[in-house]
Amino acid sequence: MDARTRRRYFVNSLMLGLTGVCTLLTVSILFMILGYLVWNGGKALDWAFFTKLPKPPGEVGGGMANAIVGSAKLILLASAIGIPIGFLAGVYLSEFGGRTFPYIVRYVCDLLNGVPSIVIGIFAWTLIVVPMKHFSGWAGGAALSLMLIPIATRSTEQFLRSVPLSMREGSLALGASKWRTVASVVVPASMTGVLTGMILGVARIAGETAPLLFTCLGNQFWSDGFNTPTASLPVMIYTHAISPYDDWHRQAWAAGLVLLVLVLVSNIAARLIMSRGTAPGS
Amino acid sequence: MASSAAAIPQAAKSKSFVSRMFGGDQIAFAITWTFAAFILLITATLVWQLWVKSMPARDKFGFEFFTTTTWDPPGEKFGALPFIYGTVVTSFVALLISVPLGVGAAIFLSEMAPRKLSNIATFLVELLAAVPSVIYGLLAIFTLIPLLRTIGEPLLQSTLGFLPFFDGPMYGVSFLAAGFILAIMTFPFIISISREALMEVPREQREAALALGATKWEATWQAVVPHARLGIMGSVFLGLARALGETMAVTMVIGNTPTISASLFSPGSTIAASIANEFAEASGDVYKASLIYLGLVLFLLTIVINGLARILIIATTRKGST
Repeated sequence: MDARTRRRYFVNSLMLGLTGVCTLLTVSILFMILGYLVWNGGKALDWAFFTKLPKPPGEVGGGMANAIVGSAKLILLASAIGIPIGFLAGVYLSEFGGRTFPYIVRYVCDLLNGVPSIVIGIFAWTLIVVPMKHFSGWAGGAALSLMLIPIATRSTEQFLRSVPLSMREGSLALGASKWRTVASVVVPASMTGVLTGMILGVARIAGETAPLLFTCLGNQFWSDGFNTPTASLPVMIYTHAISPYDDWHRQAWAAGLVLLVLVLVSNIAARLIMSRGTAPGS
Repeated sequence: MASSAAAIPQAAKSKSFVSRMFGGDQIAFAITWTFAAFILLITATLVWQLWVKSMPARDKFGFEFFTTTTWDPPGEKFGALPFIYGTVVTSFVALLISVPLGVGAAIFLSEMAPRKLSNIATFLVELLAAVPSVIYGLLAIFTLIPLLRTIGEPLLQSTLGFLPFFDGPMYGVSFLAAGFILAIMTFPFIISISREALMEVPREQREAALALGATKWEATWQAVVPHARLGIMGSVFLGLARALGETMAVTMVIGNTPTISASLFSPGSTIAASIANEFAEASGDVYKASLIYLGLVLFLLTIVINGLARILIIATTRKGST
């Protein structure tokens, strides 16, 4: 074997080895994140976290019960607005669309999906906080729903499209009208996929912080209804993490663990259902 | 046969007025069309609001907004250059780290790894994309920042300190920290889409190179990667768009001071971070408008980058629609 060939073989194994190292590095980051968060969050998590209100700075103890309820409220509101709009718009794109208009809608949807979340926050602020003259749960929920709509639309469209054409034709051949076909054949056939898509969308907005910073602000106490500033887990993590108090840092870890578990569990569940469900992914 | 043919007009006659005027299909069409149109409306409103609400700042500063460096809220003088600089620098550092690592990992996953391992690793990497950015920020504050301050930055200074980038006092919170955290956040996009693009390369491309006597690496680097370069570039642009718009993690590690400094150890700020940090407390029309103007700039920037990414990805893979 001459020197040149040896060098080529050496470069071959070196570079291929390096790509392996790249993979190892990037994947291990996930485990480092998980591990460190579980370690710190686990130490910090106690029953009070789920049942008590936050204590003023400097005092030890307390929890984030209001932020857990607040996040649940915001997510519910965002889902109540975002899922129906996204679902119906997705049905339009997949079933009723012509040529040009759906193309525009699809494009704008992707555009909206790519808008930085902080800009969505500004928009919700101009649209809701300014006319109402105060921060509110409404504004926070609306901001989150704006992030959910494009995700819900595109995933609904994608899963409806994966229903085979022959099923539609079968229904139409039996004399069903178009909307009847959509309502009783296409949508039920792709229900698993559509639902998992929605779960992924909701999991994504559950962790969003930036759109909430100046829409529903935050709150150290319970908030009645949707008309007052509302606490949420992501914003709590932010404010507690950048604060100088040790006990607040502890709470931030606990909240981080709870949020990460929620998001990852729903993601893994959705992906498992999707890989196993009747409707193929794409 | 004749009787059933006669029954059809009979049935049509018995339908109500509404369903005679508009069949169920038209109603369903109208309803779903309305919701689709609503998405257009809301996006148009978004652009309109950003444009109108940034008016005071645009009128007062004009193009100088982008070229001056003073960010002085009490004096109502606003120049966005430090934030634009911070956004560009942090994104650049992020890509400098994440592109080689991400593309390397994508090559391994598509060319080397057994299919099963590749799928599991990709699944794990895509989970990284689902982790909320505030959690990256939380982790970075308590791990990355102390590590940089005590080990990383002194090490860089002692080895590469002759460069202006690795000079000056070390606080931990810095452009460098933001770049690192953004790199981690852009990995999933670069890896999963580059892998997709590489896997779309026809088998013959590899076999031809190998048959000519190329080593595995030569075949990959000279025959497969060039074939997938558009898709890989698309993934990089997608990562870039994410890095530009990323707010929370950056806000938590960059220090939030409007500085322009060649040193990556210096604290700074980005467009998104400054909005997140100042918007709620900003008082006065011009201050608010200046921050909204920043939002408008960020919006336009990400649209252009995302558009480029989409064109490139559609050109090479079939995953462009997501």
